[in-house]
Amino acid sequence: MSKKSFRQAINEALRQEMRRDPRVILMGEDVAGGQGGSADNPDAWGGVLGVTKGLYTEFGAERVFDTPISEASYIGAAAGAAATGLRPVAELMFVDFIGSCLDQVMNQAAKFRYMFGGKARTPLVIRAMYGAGFSAAAQHSQALYPLFTHIPGLKVVIPSSPYEAKGLLIEAIRDDDPVIFLENKVMYDDEEDVPDDSYTIPFGEANLTREGDDVTIVAFGRMVNFANQAADRLEKEGITCTVIDPRTTSPLDTGTILDCVAETGRLVIVDESSPRCNMATDVAALVAEEAFDALKAPIRRVTPPHTPVPFASVLENLYMPDPARIEAAVKSVMGYKAKQEA
Amino acid sequence: MAGTITPVTMPKFGLAMTEGKLADWLVSPGDAVTAGQELAEIETTKITNVYESPAAGTLRRQVAPAGETLPVGALLGVLAGSDVSDAEIDAFIEKFQSEFVAGDEDGADEASSEPEMLDVGTRRLRVQDTGARDAGVPLLLIHGFGGDLTNWMLNQGDLSGTTRVITFDLPGHGESTKDVGDGTPAMLAAVARDLLDALGIDRAHIGGHSMGGAVALELARLAPERVASLSLIAPAGLGKTINQEFIDGFITADRRKTLEPVLQLLVHDKGLVSRQMVEGIIRFKRLDGAVAGLTTLAKASFENGQQKENLRPLLEAYKGPVQVLWGAEDEILPVSGSEGLPSEVPVSIFPGTGHMPQLEKAAEINAKLKDFAAKS
Amino acid sequence: MQIPREVLLRSYRAMRTIRDFEERLHVEFATGEIPGFVHLYCGEEASGVGVCSHLKDTDTIASTHRGHGHCIAKGVGVDGMMAEIYGRSTGVCRGKGGSMHIADLSLGMLGANGIVGGGPPLICGAALSHKVLKDGGVAVAFYGDGASNEGTTLESLNLASVWNLPAVFVVEDNGYGEATASSYACAGTQKDRAAGFGIPYFECDGTDFFAVHETAGEAIAHARAGKGPAMVHVHLSRWYGHFEGDAMTYRANGEVAKERAEQDCLKKFREKVTEISLLDSASLDEIDASVRDEIEQAVIKAKAAPLPEPEALMQDVYVSY
Repeated sequence: MSKKSFRQAINEALRQEMRRDPRVILMGEDVAGGQGGSADNPDAWGGVLGVTKGLYTEFGAERVFDTPISEASYIGAAAGAAATGLRPVAELMFVDFIGSCLDQVMNQAAKFRYMFGGKARTPLVIRAMYGAGFSAAAQHSQALYPLFTHIPGLKVVIPSSPYEAKGLLIEAIRDDDPVIFLENKVMYDDEEDVPDDSYTIPFGEANLTREGDDVTIVAFGRMVNFANQAADRLEKEGITCTVIDPRTTSPLDTGTILDCVAETGRLVIVDESSPRCNMATDVAALVAEEAFDALKAPIRRVTPPHTPVPFASVLENLYMPDPARIEAAVKSVMGYKAKQEA
Repeated sequence: MAGTITPVTMPKFGLAMTEGKLADWLVSPGDAVTAGQELAEIETTKITNVYESPAAGTLRRQVAPAGETLPVGALLGVLAGSDVSDAEIDAFIEKFQSEFVAGDEDGADEASSEPEMLDVGTRRLRVQDTGARDAGVPLLLIHGFGGDLTNWMLNQGDLSGTTRVITFDLPGHGESTKDVGDGTPAMLAAVARDLLDALGIDRAHIGGHSMGGAVALELARLAPERVASLSLIAPAGLGKTINQEFIDGFITADRRKTLEPVLQLLVHDKGLVSRQMVEGIIRFKRLDGAVAGLTTLAKASFENGQQKENLRPLLEAYKGPVQVLWGAEDEILPVSGSEGLPSEVPVSIFPGTGHMPQLEKAAEINAKLKDFAAKS
Repeated sequence: MQIPREVLLRSYRAMRTIRDFEERLHVEFATGEIPGFVHLYCGEEASGVGVCSHLKDTDTIASTHRGHGHCIAKGVGVDGMMAEIYGRSTGVCRGKGGSMHIADLSLGMLGANGIVGGGPPLICGAALSHKVLKDGGVAVAFYGDGASNEGTTLESLNLASVWNLPAVFVVEDNGYGEATASSYACAGTQKDRAAGFGIPYFECDGTDFFAVHETAGEAIAHARAGKGPAMVHVHLSRWYGHFEGDAMTYRANGEVAKERAEQDCLKKFREKVTEISLLDSASLDEIDASVRDEIEQAVIKAKAAPLPEPEALMQDVYVSY
């Protein structure tokens, strides 16, 4: 056990799985980086933010493939390789680039098993960065997990910490279905204790980062940390929250969400993705349908507005959900009860 | 005047504890309390435990409200006799608070508070080695099935004040190698002996809990000259039955909801099983090889609710001093396992205590371990 | 040209099977009993069969929406295919794929594909598997002149060349992408496209089994030898519409009739093998009769086969849930 960053945890998961299983390969734009360059340093980058650094040096050109900037071909190749005996981990760099290769994910990899009558296995992992906070603007900041969650046949993972990232990525690589693994780019330097050995965290099992009596907060990815910060402050004021990190949006641990709402009677959902047809609407619909009687107050969603992600920091800060907004949402659902009683 | 005022401060449960949450007060201001009476519930990241009153008196003041998280050593409340005036108490509190510095408690910190990874034979073990090196015969504590060195978190710090104390994760547990060989207590005893070799320890008092008790007995057979005494806490190998529901449940449960009731079988006071304790065990079980290792260990020692090996002959054959400590309400290995032992073996039964007396009755277990080592 | 007799017989049988399968579907579709879309391969049989005559079960192909011929050429059984097209639980995809998604990965058939240009990237991946796993296999992407304009196809040519993959790109150029002629929609030439990516280019008459066999043989040998990808441009003609029900109002009167009369790959095959006495008419007649019976039986079985059970709706979305 030692302190590891989110970046190191992901790198270690890849390394350990590549050591364990020779069928695991990596591909993506600059996952090695520097191939063919004049410096003769094929491990120059290790991915645009250095997540795969060192893997080319250890595993070589037969396992780590730099690709042309050509998402449709290599994401499709990853799907084809997965269906024919390899276990590829393809890095899409920014998840926003899915626009260039969605067909290969949506119509090919996701559908093979069902449309081939259960006879295909597509053990594919697509890693990509998501999220705002770096002033990367509208084409490099989106949180597109609802898009993938919408597609049957895909599993969608959003780790909320280094410990979660390592265990969930190893699980993803060992899983026989196509998995979209989304890493919040703002979190790469976050650190915490992460076991040195390999471990797996099962999909579809939410993590409760804390348990309280008053409000259930469901939060995704980086928003889990924000929700915890808000809950810390609220606890000082006597409001205790349960914070649910679903870990995977597909499969979604609906049971835990419903159980917690049954206990607290109030629900706040924090989702960094655009507000229409996102995870917040999905969870709100679930609870409205299945736990209506348990609700003591309307469900509140904390999301960005329905705009592209803006560039200027002042606008981006306005755009992003933050602990203060979560705190306010929790207080508003607590206040609703008071209004009724009054 | 301050002599009659006793501060109630945030206790330190375990070496790694730096802060705790005052979960609840169990007595109200004005209540008379006796020494040892349960004053408050304290939650740490590892465990929820009761805080026993350090003195007799009246709880005159609750300085910290329930729900507050405070550093170790911080003032929670004030005990005093009725002869002490409110003004004196106010002055005491003011002085305490003005002088209190978090993290400055007990300058006599133990030698090493961080466990380390140690290569022992072909295996890598997590070992925590604390206390004075020159304080006589060291104490080696061996945890039970599914445990790890943190099972001794309420013992190691306290005992380290007078002796060198070594705890470790058995193979297949905690952060140690998941290779458990054939999984028998005899094999684990060989690992314990190798650990003593690696640490350069000729002879040690051995404390073993549950399956670790069986390991201690096997160590006494394997290398009696290395064993200064045996303290067996709810040990396996002396009785016939085992709660198979616990063993199977521990192996198969993979989420908090299913594991929590299994862990509650370990203790009499079910509230002791904290979220974090459950989470810690789930994290351990997620490691590659952990469940396979546990399965092998369980198969080697237990079957259909029966213990496979009767180790009483080992206890009888061992020439050194042996004591047996057991919780009266043990739901894993029934306390009847302590019956019919040789008359020279002192047996202590703790009422209202489950399978984990070292957690549930830490102070008493620590006293028993200290006294026994002193006498041996 | 030395093609073993057994390969000739097998190839003729495959071409005849495709022809009868498709002609029968043409008739059956008109009765309204077959759901969905059907795209027929009639007239193009020599291409799929000529290419696949060089492939083993351990080699991989990806097909198109017009995939029945490739499936049969790669060895997928007609009973399972027919049942699939009828939406039956005995279908090769248990009635959940239909005509456009027939696949059998155990035979290296990576699927027909409803998305134009869907196959070439997948074939890069299959070729990568062959290369990394060092199993000696090659991967073949069949695609049409329409798909040759898809970005996925052009990206795949680049990727296969960059990674030096054992991949063969077979452009089945039947002159029309849906209703639009390739002469209108394809800029430049396939040959120049291959050259642009440094890929060897081969072309042949797709109505002549022997030409396809020989040309594809060279291209596949090139890829199998580790020399990288190759392109085979096969010129042929589509006898039926883009889909069943397409009246082909974009084609001149008599164009198809002329093709049928003069460029029938089965007729040409029979003439050639009997003329130089490679095979005798009687053996070919025997195959014709046998195939006729096989297709008849496939239809009877498919119509009698059970429909999928309701629980199949929820099955096989994932391997594990």
